[in-house]
Amino acid sequence: MSEAESVAAQTKKLDPNSIEESRTVFGFWVYLMTDCVLFASLFATFAVLRNNTNGGLPGSEIFSLPYVLTETIILLTSSFTCGIGMLAARRGDRAKVMFWFAVTFLLGLAFLIMELTEFTHLAHSGNSWTRSGFLSSYFTLVGTHGLHITVGLTWMLVIFSKVSRKGVTESNLRKLTLLSLFWHFLDIIWIFIFTVVYLLGVIPR
Amino acid sequence: MSVEVAKVQKAPKNDKGRFTSYVIGYILSLYLTITAYLIVKNHLGSNFVIIALIAGLALVQFLVQLFYFMHLGLESKPRFKLLVLGFMMLVVGILVGGSLWIMYSLNYNSIPKTPQQINQYMNDQGGF
Repeated sequence: MSEAESVAAQTKKLDPNSIEESRTVFGFWVYLMTDCVLFASLFATFAVLRNNTNGGLPGSEIFSLPYVLTETIILLTSSFTCGIGMLAARRGDRAKVMFWFAVTFLLGLAFLIMELTEFTHLAHSGNSWTRSGFLSSYFTLVGTHGLHITVGLTWMLVIFSKVSRKGVTESNLRKLTLLSLFWHFLDIIWIFIFTVVYLLGVIPR
Repeated sequence: MSVEVAKVQKAPKNDKGRFTSYVIGYILSLYLTITAYLIVKNHLGSNFVIIALIAGLALVQFLVQLFYFMHLGLESKPRFKLLVLGFMMLVVGILVGGSLWIMYSLNYNSIPKTPQQINQYMNDQGGF
């Protein structure tokens, strides 16, 4: 056992940069890009149907822009805290990882609750997904994003329990890297939902 | 040896640089989001100007988050992530642009005329 080998064994323990460049992360990246294509088809459907309100209220009458802006800022902040959590994970700091991912989880949960509140409010005021083509495509697009958020939150819980039991091992660091990519990706999709659905939706024609 | 040197030279890969990149990304994203919100809220400009502005702001924020949050710029060569991203954007462009083009041109295909009249109509309208 030479000195070089023992040094190599130590550095092999946690090498965040090589994880980031691994085939696992690249494969996950390819998945994220195909998920973008899924969202693109839903965006295209929404863009085609957005004026087909079937005599119902248009987006400018049913969306509350300050409410959606709050949602957007909450999700953006959760993306940021997720990044800070990843910095702690790269150092192998278990306590900080637990803290920052707990913050991310709570912000994500707050976002999801706000979105579901908006959905129930719309459905109760007679603007459910069966009302018009516009609302069907709206609920499908925004609901698919909400479903992704739900999956992300569940995944976060699973990794959270793994990290609390075993600390930041190489395997957990890899999972955290994938999760953080997924979370940033959902934030990017939300930018476009915020712009195309809500901001464009409230511009009077 | 040369590999080690190459790794050391990648300064932005260190954690301090990453922290700065998250902070910059967060501040820029907040700024872009709130700017787009205020433009729509206060009706700054005509509809066309507003739409162009907020679409531009969304695209800038897309790039900001790709580089400052997802660290696309830190990828070492060959840049396969960038390649896949580029192909995704091509597919998305064809899918969304093509759908809108077809669906908003449907009235051309639903005119109750003979084929000769349609050809005449299309010529008068300048093609597509």
